[in-house]
Order: sequence, then C-alpha cells, then structure tokens
Amino acid sequence: MLKIKNLHASIEDKEILKGINLDINPGEVHAIMGPNGSGKSTLSSVIAGKEEFEQTEGEIIFENTEISEMDPEERAHKGIFLSFQYPVEIPGVSVTNFMKTAINAHRKANGLEDMPANEMLKKIREKSESLEIDRKFLSRSLNEGFSGGEKKRNEIFQMAMLEPKLAILDETDSGLDIDALKIVADGVNKLRTKDNAVLLITHYQRLLNYIVPDVVHVMVDGKIVKSGGKELALELEERGYEWIKAEKAL
Amino acid sequence: MELKEKLVSSFLAFEEEYTGTNDDLHKIRNQAIKDFEALGFPSRKQEEYKYTSLKSVLKEDYSLFPKKENTIEYRDIEKYLIHEIDTYDLVFIDGIYSSHLSSTTHDKIDVCLMSSALNKDLYKPVIDNYFNKIAPKNGLNSLNTAFTKEGAFIHIHKNTLADKPIQIINFSTGNESSVLVQPRNLIVVDENSHCQIIERHQSLTEQPVLTNSVTEIFANKRAIVDYYKIQNDNLSASLIDNTYIEQQTESFCSVHTFSLGGKLTRNNLNFYQKGERIDSTMKGVTIIEGKQHVDHNTLVHHIEPNCESHQDYKGIFDEKSVGVFNGKVVVEKEAQKTNAYQSNNNVLLNDKATINSKPQLEIFADDVKCSHGCTIGQLDEEALFYLQSRGIPRKEASGLLMYAFANNVLESVKIPEIKKRINKLIALKLGVELGFNL
Repeated sequence: MLKIKNLHASIEDKEILKGINLDINPGEVHAIMGPNGSGKSTLSSVIAGKEEFEQTEGEIIFENTEISEMDPEERAHKGIFLSFQYPVEIPGVSVTNFMKTAINAHRKANGLEDMPANEMLKKIREKSESLEIDRKFLSRSLNEGFSGGEKKRNEIFQMAMLEPKLAILDETDSGLDIDALKIVADGVNKLRTKDNAVLLITHYQRLLNYIVPDVVHVMVDGKIVKSGGKELALELEERGYEWIKAEKAL
Repeated sequence: MELKEKLVSSFLAFEEEYTGTNDDLHKIRNQAIKDFEALGFPSRKQEEYKYTSLKSVLKEDYSLFPKKENTIEYRDIEKYLIHEIDTYDLVFIDGIYSSHLSSTTHDKIDVCLMSSALNKDLYKPVIDNYFNKIAPKNGLNSLNTAFTKEGAFIHIHKNTLADKPIQIINFSTGNESSVLVQPRNLIVVDENSHCQIIERHQSLTEQPVLTNSVTEIFANKRAIVDYYKIQNDNLSASLIDNTYIEQQTESFCSVHTFSLGGKLTRNNLNFYQKGERIDSTMKGVTIIEGKQHVDHNTLVHHIEPNCESHQDYKGIFDEKSVGVFNGKVVVEKEAQKTNAYQSNNNVLLNDKATINSKPQLEIFADDVKCSHGCTIGQLDEEALFYLQSRGIPRKEASGLLMYAFANNVLESVKIPEIKKRINKLIALKLGVELGFNL
C-alpha cells in the first residue's frame, strides 16, 4: 500500500529525514517509535504533504502512484489521513459542517455529487454513536475549547467519517489519560479492516497495549535503525533507546 | 474650478430653491456653508485623516444637483434590497426620493422623507429638537448640513416597536457625468421603542460617485436601535459615512458595518453616552482587494457611570488594498464602572496590502475596565495544512479560515436574512463555494 524509498527531507536546509525506507501492506499496523527529535512527526507530515518540508530525495509510492509532488488534499483524496498531534481550532465552523465540507470535497475529487443530506446525517449519527460522541459535541465549533481528549477523539471521528486507506496517527496518545486513551484506541481498532492500514507514531509503548502493531520500527536521527515485532516495543520501554544507538554504532 | 469653490458658489442658488417656512433651517444652512468655507475638506495634515487621503475622490468634476428622478425598474435593483422579508423602504436615486420604489408609513411610526419633515409644521418640534444637534463641526458635516435637502426621516414614537425593518437605499445612476450626493438622515427613537435599520449606497454606473452622508440617531431611554450598513459598492464609487449616535439611560445601540466594496470608504462613527447603563456596540467586517481603501474611525464617549461599549472590527486585505482602523475611547471622570472593549484583528493576504491600526484610549476615571487588542497576521499555515489534509482544497480551506475569522462579527446580527446575505457576499468575495449551507 505504502512504499517509501530512501526518503530525505529538510526544513530550512536542515536535513531531518536521512533515508527512510518503509513498506506497509493492507491490513497491517506499523508503529514508529523513537526519541524526541528523531524525525517521527516530520515523517508523518511529509507523507501527508506538508509544504513546509522539502523532499530532497527518494520516493513515496501510495497504491502504486508516486505522490511526492501531490498537494495535501490530493493525498487525502487518495486515502491518506493524518491525525494531528495538535488539532487546529476553527471557530465558527461546527464539527458537522466541517465534516460535510470535507466529505463532499472528497466526493467531488472522485467525480461524485454531494452526499445527500439525510445520508450524511445518518453517517454522522452512526459514527458518532460508535465512538460514544455526544450529539451536542457535533454542533460545537471545531476543536474550539475542546479538552485534549476531546480533540483526539474528534480526530478519530473524522477518520471514521473519511474512511481512509492509510491512517497516520501522530502522537495520538500524548496528553491522554488512560480512559481517554482506551476510547481512542478502541475507536481505531473498530475501524481496522483487511484493506486498510495504520501507522502509529508514538513516543511511549502504552498505546501499543491497546492497538497491537504487526511491525515496530525504531527511528533515530532521521533513519529507521531497527525493525521488529511487537516485542521490540516492550524492549524499548524497558531499556530505552541508548542500546540501539550503541548497537547501531557498532 | 476646485470642488470646494464650486460648492460654495452654488450655495446661493440652492438656498433660493428652498421654499419651506422653517427660518431656522436657513440660518443653520447659511452658517454651515460659512463653516465649510472656513474649514474645507479634511487633508492628511489632520491627524484623523493621516492614513486616508480624499484627494483622489475630490478631483472629479461632480454635478451637484441632478435635475430629476432617474427611473429605475424594480427588477434591476431587487438584488440590492433585503427583499426576502417585509420592510419599509426609503429609496433615493441620485439623492432624489423615488416614490414608486419606496414604501413609507405614518402609522405609529414615521418613516418618511427629510424634505417633508423640514417643510411641514407637524415635524417642526422634532426637527428643532434633534436636527444638526450632535454632528460635530467639521468640513464634511458642515458641507452636508449646508446642502441638506433629502434623506430619511424616521421617528419611532414612545413605547413602539417598529413592526418591520427599515431600509434606506441610495442609488446613483450617473444620469449626468459624475455625481456628488449628500443624504441627510435623522432617526429619533423615543422611550421604550425599538427599530432595525439597513442602509446601503449603491452605484449603478461606472461614472465616479461621491457620497457624503450624515446620519444622526437619537436613542432615548430604554430604546433599542440596531443599524446595519452594507457597503458593497462598485469601484468607481466612494463613500464618506458620518454617523452620530446619542444614547440616553439604558438604551442599546448597535452598528454593524460590512465593507466589501467601493473605491474609498471612510466611516466616521461616534457614540455619545448621555445616561447610565447604556450599551453601545460597533462591529465591522472589511474584505477588500485591488486598490480599495476602507477606513473605520470610531469614537465612544463615556460620559456617565455604569455603561458599556463593545468594538470588534475584523479585516481581510488582499493585493494593494489599504485598511485603517482608528478607534478612540474617551472615559470621562464621572464615568466610573465603565466597561469598554475594543478589538481589531486583521489578515493581510498580500505583501503589498496595508493596515493602519490605531487604538486611542483617554481615560480620566479610575474604576473602569478598558481593554483593547489589535492583531495583524497572515493565514495560519498549520491550519491550512490541517484542512487540506482533510481533503479540502487550499483555496476553499483559505475561504473557510477567513469565514471563520470573520464569523463572530456576524453572530450578533439579529436579522437572519441579513446574516445570510452577508455570509453569501463574504463567500462570493472570497471566491469560495463553502460546502455547507450558509
């Protein structure tokens, strides 16, 4: 589904990603872990198409198409979704209206008419109920005055509405207490199918207790230095990142 | 001949035409032309006009007195009216009243013409009490007073709710080459009364049009006045809007100004609080581009204790457009427990766009809450990326962000049809089709 080859990216001439290789197949959950400043969040932004970063080398192939030159919205239309670490507040635009705008933008890009209003409402109701989202929440301004947990849950709600092929969750667990974390993880698990994939960017192992990865990658200084099964996450939790850095130095 | 000389020398002929019986009016107008002769048009040397030069709009050879009413068909102007709801309408064409496009009343409220109010004895007490009482003496006001002839006269009698909104619409047709129009409006709202007013100036010609409008509004005890100004004129039309509001105890007045068009627009908006527990609200949305210029000059004069004022102006400036916000709040020594809020937020979409924002607070009382804030910025790239990553194209995403930015100014609009209309105008102006029902 997603093939990244030798990806290099910089911001203001400072190289952050220094040759990333990554292969994600449908149905898989991958986790990328690593110390602060290793480039994890940059990788998620670059896959989603943030213009601030300059891709200097390498390829990003999604569903057999090279997407490096595409705008963020085109990537979204192809089925890439990024859950933000810090979702942006948009006063005056309700969650419902925002969702309508986003869904119809996707449909327009795929040559479809706007979704009929009743169908839209039905979908919103179904998805919000399955994520235990209060109806009042849907008429509030997007992210405005939301708690950390509400913002993250709203991200997962958007993901449920847009049904992406590849969902990238950037530090979705940060700032969440254990109950909020369970709700969010539960939401992600409900959305998993054999055809879609999830890429988790996280600093801590605890999220991986709830969303169990097939592959765990360790990123240090802009490179993936080690990959393994879910047990690698536990080892990292126990031993930290220093041993990997040492191993790498050898 | 310079415009000033032309105006002064044509005054005698204008004054001879007047056949009314109100001698005081003669005196007022004669004094006003003398004042104008002495004061002239404001120049950039004056602090109040530092960022707005009227030079480019004063150089035209305006015709001053259109001969007769130019006919316009209703279907040609319907789009400029809030026609979805029932309203009283005062329609003027090149400064001349159009009876066939208007709908007036004398049933419990007077919605009629300044020309008849100035000439009929019935209205003399109101004219004597209120006409030309609060417009400060300056060149533009004096000029308007000297040539006062026509405009809206609205009197809401005690304990009355105006049953529908009142629209004051001034059309310019450029029947003659270019026109200078000077509407003069007087609005008196008596105790416990309420009215909603919509004002619009619309040019129907590509010829230059300059409007120098003066509106005096009196809100007596516990009166409520909501005023909406729609400024979406074409690029050859300029507007100097002078609006002065005097409020008595426990009155509520709000003025919303939507500046989306026109060549040069200057809004002089003054509130004078002459009682206690008064609330004054002024809000504005400005969205301009090209070489458009919009200047908001506001004054709130807090004279008595326990009053509030709220100012919220938002602007979006593209290309080489220029915005000015000059908001002055004066709190007199007696005006303890005043709450005065002011905020002016601006987005510049282009390096060549300019905003001059200048809050001025003069506070002589010690137990007051006054705040002011001003921001100038670009659209937030992170927010744009967020919306794009949800599949919303960048252009629409900018529109959505700008819509959100301007939105809270619209929240306080009390007539839903106006809110809808302004939302549509804003969407149109921003060139976006927002994917949800406005």
